Amino acid sequence: MTTTGQNPTAVSALDAARPRPTWQVILIRPETMTLALLIIALIAASLLSPYFLDVTYILQSFTLSAEFAIIALVLTMVIISGEIDLSPASAMALSACLFALAYQSGVPMWLSIGIGIGSGLVMGILNGLLVIGLQLPSIIVTIGTLTLYRGIAQVIAGDKSIRLPEWYVGIDKVLIAGLPAPVILFLVASLVLGLVLGTTIYGRQIYQIGTNAVAARHAGIRTKAIKMTLFVMMGLASSIAGLIFTSRLGSVRYDLGLGGELQMVLMAMLGGTYIFGGRGTILGTFLAAWLLVIIATGMTVANLLPATQLTVLGILLIVSIIATNAIYSRTQR
Amino acid sequence: MRRVYDFLLQRREAGIFVMIVLFCAVVGLMRPRFLTLDELRIILLLVPLIMIGAMAQMLVIVARHVDLSIGSMLGFSAIVSGMMYRYYPEVPWWTGFFVSVGIGSGLGLINGLLITVFRLPAIIVTLGTLSLYRGLTFIVSNARQIDRQYIPSELKALSQTSPIFGIPWIIFLAFGVALATYLFTMHTRVGRQIYALGSNPVAAPLRGIRVNSVTLMVFTISGALSGLAGILYASRWGFVNPSNTGTGFEFQVIAAVVIGGVSINGGVGTVLGTVLGVLLLGCVSAALPLLGVPGTTQNAIYGAVIIIALLIDRSVRQRGIAALAAQKARA
Repeated sequence: MTTTGQNPTAVSALDAARPRPTWQVILIRPETMTLALLIIALIAASLLSPYFLDVTYILQSFTLSAEFAIIALVLTMVIISGEIDLSPASAMALSACLFALAYQSGVPMWLSIGIGIGSGLVMGILNGLLVIGLQLPSIIVTIGTLTLYRGIAQVIAGDKSIRLPEWYVGIDKVLIAGLPAPVILFLVASLVLGLVLGTTIYGRQIYQIGTNAVAARHAGIRTKAIKMTLFVMMGLASSIAGLIFTSRLGSVRYDLGLGGELQMVLMAMLGGTYIFGGRGTILGTFLAAWLLVIIATGMTVANLLPATQLTVLGILLIVSIIATNAIYSRTQR
Repeated sequence: MRRVYDFLLQRREAGIFVMIVLFCAVVGLMRPRFLTLDELRIILLLVPLIMIGAMAQMLVIVARHVDLSIGSMLGFSAIVSGMMYRYYPEVPWWTGFFVSVGIGSGLGLINGLLITVFRLPAIIVTLGTLSLYRGLTFIVSNARQIDRQYIPSELKALSQTSPIFGIPWIIFLAFGVALATYLFTMHTRVGRQIYALGSNPVAAPLRGIRVNSVTLMVFTISGALSGLAGILYASRWGFVNPSNTGTGFEFQVIAAVVIGGVSINGGVGTVLGTVLGVLLLGCVSAALPLLGVPGTTQNAIYGAVIIIALLIDRSVRQRGIAALAAQKARA
C-alpha cells in the first residue's frame, strides 16, 4: 500500500480514477482532432481561394477521391481487427480491367459488371484464405497480392487503355438530390458501415478481435469467420470502387489507381484508427476523407506540383500515426 | 522420394538451387540459346542491382521488419548524385559513390528513427517515406531527367568493362556486397544480434541486445545499400529519371528475398539463399523474352513468386513444429 493511506479501503477508493467528464472524453478522442483539422483546413483553404466556400466545388473535388474513400471505410474495419490490406488499389485495377475487357468482347453490360464485382469477391476471398486459412501475416501477403493483381491486370490488358461507351461514362456528373452519385454512395456506405461497426454485435466483436485476438477466441468469438467477411468486403468494395473509377475516367488501363493504397491507409490513419488494431471509428475515417480532399484540392489550387503533393501525403501519413499513437498512449494510462 | 522432398525443404538453398537447374534445363531444351555464355552474361547483368537491394531487404526482414522505401531511396540518391555530375562536371567520378551511399544512409536513418523513437510499425513508416522520398526526388530534380552525357564515362564503364573473364565490374561489386553481408551476418556480434532480435523481439532485450540501436543500424544499412544501388543504376543504364528510377524495385527485391528462403516471421535467412533467389529471378527475367512471353508479365510473376514463397515458408515452419513435437514425444 502507498504511504499516504490510513486504511486499505480508503486508498483503493482514491486509487480508482473517477470517470472522466464527458467533455474530456470527447476532447481526447482522435476524431475530435480530425474534425479540428478539417475546420482549420477549410478556413485556410477559403483564405487561399474563395472557391472553397462553394459547396458544389468541394463536392465536385470529392468525387476525385470518392473511390478511395469508400475503400478506406472498409479498410478502417480491417485495421481495427488487427490486420491490414495493401492490395485494394491493385484489386480495383484488375476488376476494372476484367469488366472493361468483358464488355469490349461483347458481353452484355449487366454481366460485365457482374464479372467485375465477382472478380473483386474472388480477390478478397483469396486474400482472406491466405491470411486466415493459412495464418500468413497480412502485411506480406497483401504486398504479394498487390503486385500480383496489378501484374495480372497488366498481362490481360497490356499497355493500352480500353474505352467504354458514352452512356457508361460520367457517374460523377450524375446528381442525386444535388449531390454527385459517388458522394451519395460514400455517404450511404459511411452510414451503413458506421452503424454496423458501432452498434451491432458483429461490429463490437471486430474491436474485441483487434484488442486481443486470443482473448476474443476464448470468449467464443468466431475470429476467423469475422476476419474472412472483412477481407471479402474489402474485395467487394474494391471492385465497386473500380467500376466508379472507370465511369469517371471513361477508359481503363492497368495502372488505374496506382499507388492508391497510400491514400486509403492515410484516410484511415488521419481518422484516428490505431495501426495496432482495436481502436478507430468510421466517423473518423469519414471526416479524414473530407480533410484529405480539402488538403489535396487546396494544394492543387495553390499550384503545387503533383510531386510536392506526394511528399505532403507521405509526411501527413507519418505525422498522423505519430499523433494517433500519442493520443492513445495518453488515454491508456 | 519423401526424404528427398524433406531434404530440399529443410536445406532451402539446395531447393532453390534445384529449381534454378530445372528451370534452366527446361528453358534450355525449348530454346538451346538459353544455355550459352552470352545468355549467362545477360542474366548476370540483370541481377547486380536486385542483389544489392536484396541484401538490404534480407537484413530488414530477418529483423522482423520490412522496408518498402528501398526503391524511393535508390531513386533519390541516384538523382542527387546525377545532379552533382551535371552541375559540377569537374568532380572525380567516384565521388558519386560517397554522395549516393551517404544520402541513402541518411534516408535509411530517418526511417529507423521514426520506427524506433516513435515505436511505429515499419510497414506504415516506409509506406509513408516511399511516397515522401519519391516526391522529394521530383522536387530536387525539378522533374528533369539526368541525361546520358552527364554521367561520367568511367562510371558507365563499370558496367561495360571487365577486369577478368569478360564479367563487368558491377557484377563483382554486387557479389562483393553479398560476401560482405555474409561475413557481417555470420561472423560479427551485431550481425548475429539481428537474427536474435528477429527470432524473438521480447527475449532479445533480456539477453542484453540493444534493440533500438540494432534496428536503427539495419535500416541505415538498408538505406546505404539502396544508395549504392542508386549510383550503380546510373552506371548500368546511363541515365537517372525521377519517375522511373527505382519504382517497383521494392517488390522485385522482396520477391527475391522471400524466394531465397528468408522467413517473413523474422530470424531466418541466409545470404546464400538470397543470392540464389536473386539468380532464379534473373533466370526467369532473361528467359521470358526468349520464350516469347511479353515483358508485361514481369509484375505478375513477382507477385506470384512472393505468394508461392510464402506458402513454402509456411510448410517448412509446420514441418519444423511437427518435428519438434515428435522429438518431445520421444523424450
